Amino acid sequence: MSDDEKRASDDVELAKSQDDVEQAPLEPGAVPPPSIHFASRFDGLSGIIAPLITTLLAFLMGGLVVALTGKNPLKVYHAIFNGTGLNWFFHVGNYSARIPFSTQHMWFPWDTASVAAQNLQQTLLQTTPIILTGLAVAFAFRCGLFNIGGQGQYFAGTIFAVWLGSSFLNMSPWLHVPLVLVVGALAGAVWAGIAGILKATVGAHEVISTIMLNWTAIWVAEYLLGQGGPMQGSQPSIPISHDIAEGAKLPVIWGLKLLQGLSIGIFIAIAMLVVYWIIINRTTLGFEVRSVGFNPEAARYSGISVARSYFIAMAISGSFAGLAGALDITGWEYHLGQSDIPVNAIGFIGLAAALLGRNTALGVGMASLLFGALINGTSGRQLDPSIFRPDLAGNLTTIIQGLVILFVGLNLGGVWIWLKRRRRA
Amino acid sequence: MTVIATRIGGIQWTHPKTIGFFGVAVGAVAWWLAVPPLESRTAVLPIALGILAVAMGIWSWSRDQRRVGGGAVASGLFGIVLGIFATRSSTAHLDEVVVWSALGAATLRYATPLTFAAIGGLFCERSGVINVALEGMLLSGAFFGIWGAIWAHSWAGSWAWVVGVICAALAGMALATIHAVWAIHLKVDQIISGTAINFLALGITGYLFIDKYGDTGTPGNVPGIPDVHIHFLQNWYFIGPIIGQLNLMIWLSFALLIGTYVFVFRTPYGLRLRAVGEHPRAADTVGISVYKVRYIAVISSGGIAAMGGAYLSLGFVHSFSENMTAGTGFIGLAALVFGKWRPFPTYCAALLFGFSSALADRLPSAYGNQWGTLFQALPYVLTLIAVAGVIGRSIGPAAAGRPYVKQ
Repeated sequence: MSDDEKRASDDVELAKSQDDVEQAPLEPGAVPPPSIHFASRFDGLSGIIAPLITTLLAFLMGGLVVALTGKNPLKVYHAIFNGTGLNWFFHVGNYSARIPFSTQHMWFPWDTASVAAQNLQQTLLQTTPIILTGLAVAFAFRCGLFNIGGQGQYFAGTIFAVWLGSSFLNMSPWLHVPLVLVVGALAGAVWAGIAGILKATVGAHEVISTIMLNWTAIWVAEYLLGQGGPMQGSQPSIPISHDIAEGAKLPVIWGLKLLQGLSIGIFIAIAMLVVYWIIINRTTLGFEVRSVGFNPEAARYSGISVARSYFIAMAISGSFAGLAGALDITGWEYHLGQSDIPVNAIGFIGLAAALLGRNTALGVGMASLLFGALINGTSGRQLDPSIFRPDLAGNLTTIIQGLVILFVGLNLGGVWIWLKRRRRA
Repeated sequence: MTVIATRIGGIQWTHPKTIGFFGVAVGAVAWWLAVPPLESRTAVLPIALGILAVAMGIWSWSRDQRRVGGGAVASGLFGIVLGIFATRSSTAHLDEVVVWSALGAATLRYATPLTFAAIGGLFCERSGVINVALEGMLLSGAFFGIWGAIWAHSWAGSWAWVVGVICAALAGMALATIHAVWAIHLKVDQIISGTAINFLALGITGYLFIDKYGDTGTPGNVPGIPDVHIHFLQNWYFIGPIIGQLNLMIWLSFALLIGTYVFVFRTPYGLRLRAVGEHPRAADTVGISVYKVRYIAVISSGGIAAMGGAYLSLGFVHSFSENMTAGTGFIGLAALVFGKWRPFPTYCAALLFGFSSALADRLPSAYGNQWGTLFQALPYVLTLIAVAGVIGRSIGPAAAGRPYVKQ
């Protein structure tokens, strides 16, 4: 039996099992099982090959769009790459770097003060929240839930971070920063927990409820920060909140605070990747969550509370996204403006990162770096306007994200089988 | 007439359901008394009526009419809150905000894109394919509508908007075709492909907009979709200002609504559509091609939703800006869920959501502060309550979201 035929027979078996679920009558009051094909999202060409092909395909098609509108895609991509600061790694020399939290210097192979280094700081700043909103999507995914509400949970985090950050002006930083981060994460957890409770108790589809929660959060934030709104800062004509207190700002470890240097937020995000890996792979909670994700009926028979898993998975998801918001505020934004709200899409980029990273800790980290670099490289601050207009490039980023999501959901093996069957018929 | 008389005679006045309906009405009256033209200045009246509505709701809820009962409770609570707000504010402000004829016309204007989006979604989801890409289809319709009209302006003159609407529909259908292939043949998760299409539409329309009109914006002399003037109606009290001068697309949305109802619930084709969405295996067994029905439904859904976008750009604001839909497609989806995937309840939901948008539009200018913005969030909150099952569970077509595998 060849490999393809084997996959084809697997496909038929999957179809059969799907059919069984379709015909099983739902008891009143029972939690409806999420469709069984959730498992098939993890199929296809496993490992790193499929995400790589996906990314290449997306960039190729994005380049096609650029070429069709009369620009040279290679030049454009090169300019974007230079803007990301990732070229920093290629310039090795004899430099020194300051050891964080001290005045000591040590030998270092790269120049920490070059333009590329500054660009890289911005890329890593962008990567930080994407890692966390990516984890927000990935964790729910492992439980068979589609948390499309990362954006709303992120805003819940930012709003509470701004509120608490600008409230206690004379608090010790050792207390203030953890307080802001924890409350931001909790706000996200509560916001996502609403969807989790609805899923667990009445079986409301989490996609619908998280979409509604997203837009509720967006409009509430517009109200809070708008002119005359309760969170508007001291200038009555400018719809921007107060700056957070000095004590609530995260320490900057690379670059200058005034120039948006890199804060320790990136390490918190990386630590959360480890936490995610440990929860999913090394705890009972993670085992239960994955069991429910693979097959809720089987999980129920083995004594796992499916409803509880749904709620907890959503709450943990939301806390990741809420933390993303809090880190953005305490790390470099320091305040929130009404005009930031409609243009912010961190939650949705997290969705792309989670899908591209196949919901694994390492994968989400790598994919977040890709999207963080892409966003930073195409921002108005980094891209040379004589080569490519930054506002065009921003839209190019959105197109590439869309293409990545489009192709990553695609079971590339499945397409192959389908084409083969068609040829036979 | 006798038919109506029989129906009125047949109403069971003490039935819990009837009481519940009256509760909803009483809750609405509670608020209505406090605003123009009556403008009762005491808060006692709305509170008393609101409490009465809540009581009726609870009574009918306890007698197993949960949906109507819950509605009456919600309506009573809203009546109390809004009534108190209205009696607290000055009559001058009230007169400025609550001009019923203007509000009515604005409601219809805001409800029309929602209606197109929701009806498009109805076809798609009734066939068993979840469509979260309505936002993207609406946005692409908005851009390609105005793009087509500008392109045709030189040779089609004032009829260029027809070309625009056709271009919009084609663009929406193109996006929907991607969704259809991905969801039906490739069996990709429908929410993933829908989200991808939202991104693609946002990126492509933004890219082309900047590339073509980036420096100046869309030209101001685009031939828009004309208004329909009904001269003999225009002087009628209350009705005249509302429907005497409506955009053609609004009338089209009425026709679409009725046509959709007749098609989905009164023709064999509609029966096939619903069968495919509820139990594709059974439909396949009796010889209905599940794939064919789904393809037609999804692609036409894209065309319909995109026409709503064309109304937005060509009939309403007469220009395009990046991400101009800003959630309209999702409100359309919300209306569909709120209306339980049925045409007329969906339209009522669209009207309600349109009304809250119209209010949100008028409140800040009168009161000079922001809290009117919160009305923009109302559709989403109401839909959340609806899916939570407080006012009757919202349950979609049984096979929605599941790819069908032929055997």
